[in-house]
Amino acid sequence: MQEQPIINIKKLTKSFGKNNVLRGIDLTVNKGNNLVILGRSGSGKSVTIKCVVGLLKVDKGIIDVFGTDVTKLNYKELNKIRLRIGFLFQNGALYDSMSVRDNLAFTLKHHTKDLPKEEVEKQIIEALENVGLEEAIDKMPSQLSGGMIKRIGLARTLIIKPEIILYDEPTAGLDTITGKEISELILSVQEKYKTTSIVITHDIICAKMTANRIIIIKDGLIHVQGSFEELKNSSDEWVRSFFEYE
Amino acid sequence: MVAFIKEQFTQAGKFSFFIARFFRELVTPVFQFNEFVRQCYTIGYKSIPLVSITGFIMGLVLTIQSRPTMTKFGAESWLPSMVSLSLIREIAPVITALICAGKIASAIGAEIGSMKVTSQLDAMEVSAINPFKYLVVTRILATSLMVPLLVIIADLVGIYGGYIGYNVHSSISLMRYFSDVVEHLDFIDLLPATIKTFFFGFFIGVIGCYKGFNASGGTASVGQAANSAVVTASLSIFILDMLAVQITDLFF
Repeated sequence: MQEQPIINIKKLTKSFGKNNVLRGIDLTVNKGNNLVILGRSGSGKSVTIKCVVGLLKVDKGIIDVFGTDVTKLNYKELNKIRLRIGFLFQNGALYDSMSVRDNLAFTLKHHTKDLPKEEVEKQIIEALENVGLEEAIDKMPSQLSGGMIKRIGLARTLIIKPEIILYDEPTAGLDTITGKEISELILSVQEKYKTTSIVITHDIICAKMTANRIIIIKDGLIHVQGSFEELKNSSDEWVRSFFEYE
Repeated sequence: MVAFIKEQFTQAGKFSFFIARFFRELVTPVFQFNEFVRQCYTIGYKSIPLVSITGFIMGLVLTIQSRPTMTKFGAESWLPSMVSLSLIREIAPVITALICAGKIASAIGAEIGSMKVTSQLDAMEVSAINPFKYLVVTRILATSLMVPLLVIIADLVGIYGGYIGYNVHSSISLMRYFSDVVEHLDFIDLLPATIKTFFFGFFIGVIGCYKGFNASGGTASVGQAANSAVVTASLSIFILDMLAVQITDLFF
């Protein structure tokens, strides 16, 4: 079966002042696949996915998502695309003045004003069940652990039923066991909702568990790409160094 | 020096764009009515005790402090009207606005600033929710509406404080005191004083939101945003007051 590209990035460049972070990235993510992006800190991994969702304005290049170049869209058009994309932030980015229930209801109510209260509650429960945290529904973000925050962040992402999910370091700051649980969650979400994902990570276990394909960014360009095993056994010593502590 | 001047112009430009964006977002749908009401409750209702206590003390102290001088000139009977005019025209609007700058502008600056540095604004953005419309427009409108109402409360409570202060050394009924106050009040005393409080409220909201929205560089910037919001809002209140007095003097 021919694979259908959902995200197609061509010659993406992005600078911050004199710092050329991305210098012509080309990448494609096919429908239903998980792409993992590795690279050293500051190599532009997070910048790439922030450009995809329009949080950062690109300098040059094309970011084709669902067949539309998002760099050319106005705010309203971009928001329509954003509703089909979920973004899990590194720190969860839960609204700390709202309970877990309100965090999840916020986006849903904002975009579906006619949705009955019972339906909103049902969808909140379903999203929390997906991440195994139904009991946290009335808690405030300050009462949650790091792992729980990531899970609730994912539940908030899932509630809008995205077709693409962008994970920005989903296991950062978590212990190995919780990190593995989050990686398993990424896989179960992909299996259940047939989502397409880009996972930014430094965690090799997460990369191994979730990746269909891995790319490594170096000096603002894609240095190498392939499967986990291919890159682990690469002839390039620098590439192999990422997999040393696996 | 050149860099400093350039930076000041850049900041002034950014601030002007921020205000322009507020008006643009204000007239484009959808309006976040629920959040606006919530902000009115937080900014207005929850500030009533603080503003009332301050207003009461202002009226009381002003009466007690003015009495010896007024008595010296044989004008003790003018004390109610003098105190109420001072309160309504100048003291209550400025002091209430300064209290709001300390309480509200700092709270808005810190809240939005912490949301900015913890990516909560980005989270709204990627959920296709306009954070400017949701957070900034509602807060600026709420401060613009609530500060004038708080000033009216401070006026009334301050006049009552004046009544209590007057009765420390004399005896006058509440009815007589208030009729004395009202008798010497003109519409022209109320109108400019009320109009300027809308501007006070507007700038308290704008400055709080602007400082919070432009916080960057981690949690330290949240404190800086809150602190800077209070200082800038307080200073702007004095400048606005000076302009309002000059304009009032010119036309009335």
